[in-house]
This record gives sequence, structure tokens and C-alpha cells, in this order.
Amino acid sequence: MSRFSLGKWLLPVYVVLALIFILTPIAYTIVFSFNASVKTNIVWNGFTLNNWTTVCNAQGLCEAFGNSIVLGLTSTLFATVLGTLLALALGRYKFRGRGATSLLLFLPMATPEVVLGAGLAAQFLAVRVEKGFWTLVIAHTLFCLSFVVVTVKARVASLDPALEEAGRDLYGSPGQVFFRVTLPLLMPGIVAAALLSFALSFDDFIISRFNNGPFVTFPIWIYTAAARGIPAEANVIASAVFILAIVVVVAAQLTSAARAKRRGHTG
Amino acid sequence: MAFAAFGTATEAASHTPLRRSWVALALAGPGLAYLALFFLTPFVSLIITSLQVPVEFGDVGQYQAGFAVENYAIVVEAYWPQFLRAFGYAFAATVAALLISYPLAYFIGVTARKWPMIQALTLTFVIAPFFISFLLRTLAWKQLLSDDTPLVQFLKTIAVLPPDGHLVGTPFAVIFGLTYNFIPFMTLPIYTTLERLDTRYLEAGSDLYASPATTFWKVTLPLSLPGIVSGTLLTFIPAAGDFVNASSTFLGSSQTSMIGNVIESNFLVLQNYPAAAALSVILMGVILLLVGVYVRRAGTEELL
Repeated sequence: MSRFSLGKWLLPVYVVLALIFILTPIAYTIVFSFNASVKTNIVWNGFTLNNWTTVCNAQGLCEAFGNSIVLGLTSTLFATVLGTLLALALGRYKFRGRGATSLLLFLPMATPEVVLGAGLAAQFLAVRVEKGFWTLVIAHTLFCLSFVVVTVKARVASLDPALEEAGRDLYGSPGQVFFRVTLPLLMPGIVAAALLSFALSFDDFIISRFNNGPFVTFPIWIYTAAARGIPAEANVIASAVFILAIVVVVAAQLTSAARAKRRGHTG
Repeated sequence: MAFAAFGTATEAASHTPLRRSWVALALAGPGLAYLALFFLTPFVSLIITSLQVPVEFGDVGQYQAGFAVENYAIVVEAYWPQFLRAFGYAFAATVAALLISYPLAYFIGVTARKWPMIQALTLTFVIAPFFISFLLRTLAWKQLLSDDTPLVQFLKTIAVLPPDGHLVGTPFAVIFGLTYNFIPFMTLPIYTTLERLDTRYLEAGSDLYASPATTFWKVTLPLSLPGIVSGTLLTFIPAAGDFVNASSTFLGSSQTSMIGNVIESNFLVLQNYPAAAALSVILMGVILLLVGVYVRRAGTEELL
């Protein structure tokens, strides 16, 4: 029996250690956003809030951050619309080329980013397109698309077709059925896919590196700055994004837990 | 959770799809056109570029159409160590990430079922690295592993590292960084398969006098295989093409260059587009081959 109780404690202890490992560089990044650093942000020099209040002092940082937000929103919009339509087609219909479509969606996920990036860059070079914002939108939409389809398709598969039938029986036009029944039911999946897209786009470096031209995103800015030392202001932006994202995730988990509880009470 | 979608979403075949294929094509058309234009055509561009020859008396970066198949032989000859390193490091990182992630996924998916709050909290912590810049968290490790940190001092005290040894710039640091960065990609798919695991199978195992170890090997592990396959693919493929961890600005040095570093510098710095394109085509070919063999061996073709 003693072996059993050891086993009982071993896993939780391991999990705590693993979580400390996972969170260590995050804590480091946040702590060093408060460092009263001189030039480079490597040695701890005392606590200050200055980096947070004068975050845009680092040249080009806030512009790069804004660029990443606009790029993320634009790519997410395109990827979510195209991906939701594809997910509906794959989840609902049998059509010639269905297998080929699935394969075509799987392949970008099985392609290393460096190959996707170099391929698009070679393409833009061949047709002499100037690299910049729109080449990045094209690239980001591409790698987000497959993830949107996978996420929304799971939701389409769990949809009860009887609900749409009911809509049609009540003389709803196909458009009405789609916008009043199907789309609202798919919404949680679509929102999750859009959030995932935005996160992927916002943090992408490898594909962006090949296709950005003069357009500087937040990761590109960090990469360029890394050669001479990252200023603490970059840690401020990353920490703020992290805290915001964690608040959104925790809020989503709490509401879904509350909804599950309510459903449990009524059903 | 969006991440539940990572590769393991099984298709619910319960509702027979309708057969109005023109509607389907209208829905899929724009997306398919997009993939044809910006995924398939770039591959053709890569192959064409890989066969180009330099323009005679041209500037750096000027190439013209050609059929220089020897470009492939030249890049393999010049860069085979970086290819071996890329696959070796990616393999080591995949194994390490699997060993670290499996118990974590098991805890979240099975052990913590009784406590939904702990389950949700642990899951949030595991995906937390997604929300902080990939480059900054890698640079954070560079600082944490640098020469005068307590960890390195400790390793020197117990003589694991020689007195003049370093961690940053070594293959160990690169594999360490790759492992760290892909732990969430490994944990999530395994978690989603374990979360659906019916624990009555485990009880059945112990009822039949199987030891916990036997139950694990014969029941739990096989049932979580689809998650392991997704997780290892989601780790190995991007790790093999990564050029951030191995770059000398981050955790590596010139001694740890992987094939991604070579493609990046050939394309963006040296403007040797044919070499970069040939390397990309080879990398893609090898990965497709490995993935095909692996998925077939694991018996999880339906994942594709």
C-alpha cells in the first residue's frame, strides 16, 4: 500500500515542478519589465514603473505593436470567413474532391513554417510583388486557415440537423435558417477559431521574416532589437498582452463552467 | 477550448452529409482558390526557383530560368551537417517534450477530473507560453542559462559542467529551447485524448489482476496513441524547420546551425534564392516521407 500512496503524491509533485518550469521564463519576462535598466535589460538594477509609463519611448516599438494588431485582425477576418465556409462544406456535404480538399488543408499544417515562408517569398519574387502589409496578410491568412477549418468543423459535426429542419418547417428561407439558426449555433466554434487565428498571427515570426519587406511587426521588431539587446519596454508590451490574454481565457473558462453548472441544474 | 481541435477532432459520422454538391463547391470554392493560389503555386515557384541559374555578369540575387538539377547536389554536399542537426535536434526535442508532457496531460485529463477548477487552472498554465512572445521567452531562457546564473554555477559545482563550460551556444541549449517551446503543442492533443478516456477500462484492468504498470502499457497508452501521434507531429515538424532557437542571437551558436538557419540566410542575406529553394524542397520532401511512414506505422491514417 505504501507504493500506492507514493504514486498518489508523485504525479501532483511532478506537475507542480513542470508548471514551475513552464512559467519560469514568463515570470522572468514580466519581472524584467519592471527593471530600472540602463541600455540593456540583462542585469537587475532595481524596481521601477518607468518602463510601463513611457513604453513608447523605445523607438518604433509601439508602431510595431500597432502593426501586429492590425495585421492580426485583418488576417483573422479573412481566415475566419474562408475557413468557416470550408468547414461547412466539409462538415455538411459529400462532394467530388472532398478528400482532396481535406488533404489540401492538412498539408499547410504539415509544412514547416520556413518552407511556407520561403515558398511565398519565392512566389512574390517571381511575380515581382513588393513585400509589405498585404503580403503578410496573405501569408498569415494561409497558416491560420487550416486551424480555423479544424476548429469550426468540430462544431459543425456536433450540430443537430433537426434544428435546421425545424427552421425550414417553420417556413424560414434558406438565408433565414442560416443566419438565425446555423450561424448562432456555430458561433462558439467560430469565436474560438478567430481567437486562435489572432494569437497565431500576432506571435508569428518565421513566416513574417520572409515576407515583411519594410513592414515591421512586434516579433520582427524584437528580432532586430535582439542583436543589440532588448529594451525593457518590449517586456512591458509582452507582459501586458500576456496578462490580458490570461484574463480572457480565465473569464471564458469561468463562464463555460457556470453555464455547465446551470445546465446541470435545469436538465 | 480551441486547442481541443489540435488534430484529434474525430469526425462525427452520425449525420449523413447532404449531397447538394453545387452548394458545397460554392462554400469551399473561395478557400480552395486561396489554397491553390497561395499554397500550391508557391510550391511550384519553389521548384522553379530551385532550378534557376545565375544571370551572366548579373548582380547578386539575379537569376534566370534554368534546369540546374545540380543545385540539389550542391546544397546537400554543402549543408548535410545542418540537415542532420535539424532532424537530430528535432527528434531529441520531440522525445523530451513527450516525456515531460505525458504525465502532465495525464494529470489534467484523468487525475484532475474530480476537481474541475484545478483542471482548468493547470490547463491554463500549460498554454500560458502561447500568450507571451515566442522570441522573448526564448531570450528569457538565454538569460536564465547564461554563465553566471545559479543553475550554471550549480552544474559547475557538481562537475556536470567543466569550470570553463557554457550552456548557451551548445546543442543542449538548442534542444532545451525547442523542447520548452513545443511542450504545449505536445500536451494539448494528448490531454484531449486522455480526457475522453473511459476510466472503467482502467478499473477492468485492475479487476483482472493487471499491475498499474501493465494497465498503463496495455490500456492507457494504446488508447492515447492518436494524441501522441498528433503531439509528436505538431512538435517534430516545426522544430525541424525552426531557426530561432538555434540562431546565435538566441540559444545557439555557429556550431548549432540547423537547416532553417541556412534557408533563412541563403534567402534573406546572401540572396542565393536557388539554394534556399532547393533546401526547402528537400526539407519538405523528407518531412512528408517521415510523416507518411510514421503515421502508417502508428496505424493512425485517419488523422490525416
